[in-house]
Amino acid sequence: MAEPRVIIVGAGPAGVRAAETLVAAGLRPTVVDEGRRDGGQIYRRQPEGFARSSAELYGTEAARAEALHATFDDLRPKIDYRPGHLAWNVADGHLHVVHDGSAEALPFDALIVASGATDRLMPVKGWQHAGVYSLGAAQIALKSQGCAIGRRVVFLGTGPLMQLVAAQYRKAGAQVVALLDTSRLWNQIRALPKLVSRPDVLAKGVGLAASHLLAGTMVRRGVTPVEIFGDADGGVSGVSVRLASGRDLRLACDAVALGYHLRPETQLADLARCDFAFDAATRQFWPVIDEDGRSSVPGIYLAGDGVRTQGADGAEIAGKLAALAVLTDRGRSAPTEQISRLRQQRRAMERFRAGIAEAFPWPHHLAAGLADDTVVCRCEGITAGELRSVVHDKGADEMNRAKALSRVGMGRCQGRYCGHAAAEVVAAATQLSPAVVGRLRGQAPVKPLAIRTRRAAP
Amino acid sequence: MSEPFRTDVIVVGGGIMGAAAAFFLRRRGKSVALIERALIGQQASGTNFGNVRRQGRFLRQLPLANRSRDIWGRLNELIGEDAEFLASGHLRVTYDDEMTARIETYARDALPYGLDLQIIGGNRLRERFPFLGPEVRAGSYAPHDGHANPRLAAPAFGRAARREGASVFERTEIVAVERDAGTFRVEAADGRVFRAEQLMIAAGAWGNRLSEQFGEPVPLVTHGPQMAVTEPIPYALEPVLGVSTTKLEETVYFRQVKRGNIVIGGAARGPASADTQRASVKPENTLLQFTQITRVVPALARLNIIRVWSGVESYLPDDIPIMGPSAKVPGLYYAFGFCGHGFQLGPGVGDVMAELISTGQTTTPIEPFAIARFASAPA
Repeated sequence: MAEPRVIIVGAGPAGVRAAETLVAAGLRPTVVDEGRRDGGQIYRRQPEGFARSSAELYGTEAARAEALHATFDDLRPKIDYRPGHLAWNVADGHLHVVHDGSAEALPFDALIVASGATDRLMPVKGWQHAGVYSLGAAQIALKSQGCAIGRRVVFLGTGPLMQLVAAQYRKAGAQVVALLDTSRLWNQIRALPKLVSRPDVLAKGVGLAASHLLAGTMVRRGVTPVEIFGDADGGVSGVSVRLASGRDLRLACDAVALGYHLRPETQLADLARCDFAFDAATRQFWPVIDEDGRSSVPGIYLAGDGVRTQGADGAEIAGKLAALAVLTDRGRSAPTEQISRLRQQRRAMERFRAGIAEAFPWPHHLAAGLADDTVVCRCEGITAGELRSVVHDKGADEMNRAKALSRVGMGRCQGRYCGHAAAEVVAAATQLSPAVVGRLRGQAPVKPLAIRTRRAAP
Repeated sequence: MSEPFRTDVIVVGGGIMGAAAAFFLRRRGKSVALIERALIGQQASGTNFGNVRRQGRFLRQLPLANRSRDIWGRLNELIGEDAEFLASGHLRVTYDDEMTARIETYARDALPYGLDLQIIGGNRLRERFPFLGPEVRAGSYAPHDGHANPRLAAPAFGRAARREGASVFERTEIVAVERDAGTFRVEAADGRVFRAEQLMIAAGAWGNRLSEQFGEPVPLVTHGPQMAVTEPIPYALEPVLGVSTTKLEETVYFRQVKRGNIVIGGAARGPASADTQRASVKPENTLLQFTQITRVVPALARLNIIRVWSGVESYLPDDIPIMGPSAKVPGLYYAFGFCGHGFQLGPGVGDVMAELISTGQTTTPIEPFAIARFASAPA
């Protein structure tokens, strides 16, 4: 049998472990990665010439990061590695990539998409001001360049990433003005039965939360974000929230890190026409996968945070499972014992993922309360009021209709950052479930594509 | 079973043709049921380029295009909504002497139809449109053509029709269309029944499935337009630009909207399926467009596209639509298969069809579009 052509998108934990598994089976996969170096976001490697230690960069996860990097360094001669390549489209058995203005169509028999996640965002009045970053962006600035997003930073949102990035900022010397968390302690307590499925991670999380208190950092739970203050010239100047007590709190700051846990980057799965289904617990549409990561489309496999937010350890397992599924489906022998062990580990990861989603819930209820002049789609400058008006005046009760009539999600990010919130605004305005309101259909290119792009010479 | 829903006219298909027809039928006092499988203006009407172009059309279509252009010019007061129509001018450029000779001939031939085209060449062309690339030889400028927003136009007509009293049924799939006891009977998937004396089929790429049931099949095929749009930049590219050429891959067109994005189309057609109701943009077509649009305006190379899209369009072998009365069934009318150039015509088609259905004749000639021209075609 001819060697199957396998392409992996992403060189984070899922992609690297998938590549390792395929190489171990004697294949030479192609690894396409948008980053200039491997590691993905979580284990992002600093640019060449930067010399911070792993302990500084990855904290408690330093050993895992180093192991992943070492694995990848060993794999380099055994794979076709394409760093700095954007996978901008997938069609007819080809992955379309672009690198420095040069486009190629790479044929595949199997495609493993390990495209990672970005922040899940809920708008707040004023979030378009300069100095408001997503939590992920705030962390990348620190990890990649050793930069903080500001001197006095407010962390607003919820989720484990907020706890982690705030701790990293404090350690890096930034003033963490406050952690303003929309979740409540009882959310976390109620999620404990699920969270104990990974006691070590739970302990780290509790430790992180405790570290903020020990450092004397202001932590407020159960807040309702009200406004980020600022202006066009000076950017962010402050934040106000309503506390659980009903009292208003206003804090001065020069930057805000905002985020409500993560959402998978699913555009490639969408362009490959994989089926999606609504997850009621997290109120979002996900690609449908089986326990090994097979999508509804033969030959398309989905792994890591790009399909389920199970974190880096979960992604390593998912990457291996997806690669083993490719081997099985291509008629190669795959170690059944290893597969069942990985599946079992993955179930624990999945249970923990569900626990995290409960502990730090997506605050969908905030969408209904957004003032009409709150910008929802920052690329196009579409406000909640404009979005509501296409619902009420033009009968748009479905997301793609609301997009067509309002321009929400039609800008540079193509709704990757505002899509979930926009769906909640439409759901609240129509009194329908977001399951009915639907999701923005993914359209190529996955990221903006330069018109100077030309086909690479064959 | 519940009572049938009775109107004077049933319009099947809520694209721009059907929605505009419903609006103008109401203006003429007819009661109308407009039935759409999904949402108004979602397929070809909502996904096309948005050209409001008359130049370059089949000459005998110009009276209809002129009537439509007149409506575009007063659309806002007519339907009370803005579909972003902009009489920006339209420039078709050529790369060689042969095509330049053709646009000159066309300009002469179109003059009696009221089209005042200006043929501009050499330095004058570059003075006026300094962004054009070195390969461009000449241009045919239509000062009164322009563009509008396809996402908005058909839905706006649908709402205007509703305000005028039309009964608009969206998300209503039709399972049976027949004529019995002298009236038309249309049955929806959920069992609702509609009855009317007159029936207009404006079902785009699905029109043939209905005309076939009345013994009038047509050789309809489907293609998808290959569209793309850039990020917004300051408004600078006033006319709609297109290339006049006999080579399909050179046939690109683009326009800048007032808020800044440049909409791009052409160079190829893509796959579209009437069965799955889906069409796609082939990645290689997007790259082909990049090569071709930068021949017309080299500075476009500095921009990015942020989205591509397509939709299901219907084409006939002679590249001319089906429009007019049935040749076989009294009270039955057609307006579908607009071969990728229906958007500009939409308002005019609606107006003319309403005239035809309510008076039995039209003041604008539509004979070339008769379905009878395919009567001898094998079924």
